[in-house]
Amino acid sequence: MEKRVTFSRWTIGILFAVPQLFLIFTFFYWPAGQAVYWSLTLQQPWGGGNIWVGLDNFRSILSNADYWNSITASLIFAAISTGLAMFIALVLAALTDRQLAGSWLYRVVLIWPYGIAAPALALAFRFILAPEAGFMAVVNQVWPGFWDPGLDGTDAMASIIVAFSWKYVGYNFIFFLAAFQAIPRSLIEAAAMDGSGVLRRFWDIQFPLITPTIFFLLVINITESFQDSFGIVDIMTSGGPANATNLMVYKIYSDGFKGLDYSGAAAQSIILMVLIVALTIVQFRFIERRVHYR
Amino acid sequence: MVERTPFLNFFTHLILFVGFVFCVAPFAIVAVAASHNLKDVNDVPMSLLPGSDFWVNIKTAWVTADLGPKLLNSFIMAFGVAAGKVIISALTAFSIVYFRYPGRMLIFWLIFITLMLPLEVRIVPTYAVVANVLEPYQTILDLTGLSWLIEKVSGVRVALSLGLLNSYSGLILPLVATATGTFLYRQFFLTVPDELTEAARMDGAGPLRFFIDVLLPLSRNNMAALGTIMFLWAWNQYLWPLLITTDQSHAMAVTELKQLIPNVGGAPEWHIAMAGTLIIMLPPMIVVVLMQRWFVRGLIATEK
Repeated sequence: MEKRVTFSRWTIGILFAVPQLFLIFTFFYWPAGQAVYWSLTLQQPWGGGNIWVGLDNFRSILSNADYWNSITASLIFAAISTGLAMFIALVLAALTDRQLAGSWLYRVVLIWPYGIAAPALALAFRFILAPEAGFMAVVNQVWPGFWDPGLDGTDAMASIIVAFSWKYVGYNFIFFLAAFQAIPRSLIEAAAMDGSGVLRRFWDIQFPLITPTIFFLLVINITESFQDSFGIVDIMTSGGPANATNLMVYKIYSDGFKGLDYSGAAAQSIILMVLIVALTIVQFRFIERRVHYR
Repeated sequence: MVERTPFLNFFTHLILFVGFVFCVAPFAIVAVAASHNLKDVNDVPMSLLPGSDFWVNIKTAWVTADLGPKLLNSFIMAFGVAAGKVIISALTAFSIVYFRYPGRMLIFWLIFITLMLPLEVRIVPTYAVVANVLEPYQTILDLTGLSWLIEKVSGVRVALSLGLLNSYSGLILPLVATATGTFLYRQFFLTVPDELTEAARMDGAGPLRFFIDVLLPLSRNNMAALGTIMFLWAWNQYLWPLLITTDQSHAMAVTELKQLIPNVGGAPEWHIAMAGTLIIMLPPMIVVVLMQRWFVRGLIATEK
């Protein structure tokens, strides 16, 4: 997508981009390059610089079952929570946009969860989903041993997915509702005059018109599921039990800052970067094509 | 509403109401739990009627986690990030959308990739850069031999060093250095009709004038929306402040949450934990409620 009319004085154009370029060079590309360097070297235990080890760091990580487990956990987490958060938000926003009596209430309330810090809602959900107090405890009284995120990996994964999705339903809802409201009312009314029902209008008018939003949210949700999950994992499960929720970012943090294995953490960072960039390029190649910008 | 659909309307209300309950329940549970005493909060099932210890618990949580100065720190950082993002993203998006210069697509992708790689991913090396923010430039000077040249010519040894650990700029700048806002502005600028640009150019306006007098006023809503979103995002940052503020005087409110997790083994003080959670979630909640209109209005496209 390009502008037809542009300005010709392109030196000024570049000047506008300079502050951003400086920032991303210093705080993004340099560290990223540094990560590449560290991933190819090994720090000497007693100082004295790094020694070149080539791809050994990658080899040792990729032959580590814990790491594959972490990748699988992250992908499962990203897929389920993104799907859940976007689907629920889409349904709620589409229904709110029908503007029945009382819809203002939903418009106000449904976006609250987005305001909450991930660690704060994680602490709240840790209490709500705790096996010995709070609400799942009631279920546990009926079926003893049914729920224990402290011992059962699936339960722990379910807990962090619930907490994350709960927040991002609010986020997606904001964007979906705004997109729905941007559709001119007259379009809907004209379609209704032609005799199309609510569902047909949704699929043939509203859905195509909000595809830019869906695309935007897909990119953001997947990225955030790798990133914003850190606080939730740190507060709710600390990566446990038995590494079931040891998502990639959490593993980088614990290996790098707790295990002080910078080279290993850097190599993991590189793999994660490649993974996310690949996912994004795929999305741009194959999904943006179906997006209709107005 | 266009036509009468009583059956569908019923389900609309039903589904929305269920969504409403799921959305509000956690807030209600946190608030109620924060008002119980140690025994009641650990009852199974916990009573949903508020207890009487609300203010006592709030005070205990406030003192335990020393929340006063930490909330102030969070405010300063969140404002800084929001302002930085709103300004810098607008400039960049303008450059990318309205100019056609060699390497423009390269710049677009350079910036765009930052959106894909959040701070959390490159946390270890970014930490190293913030410890001495001029290190990249020093290294470049060393590698290109410029620092040797400067030393020869002027006799001054170049040793650039500026540590930003435990400082507001160290907290704020790396968080500004991503593309979130640029993406949002770009999407918006692309919807601005070309005729406006043509008209402005025909009236003799240069790029700067067009940017300030046409584009910025048009994107006022976008700015409010972006500012709000970024404020919340920055307030809710966790991992970065956790690493960068080793000094308690710069600690953020959100990072204090970890100290409120009840210890395994001891008496689980969930009432205090929930009171602290409530305090820390309150400021962003207020922002969401007050700025709500800006979200929706700002993100709505131009027509209607």
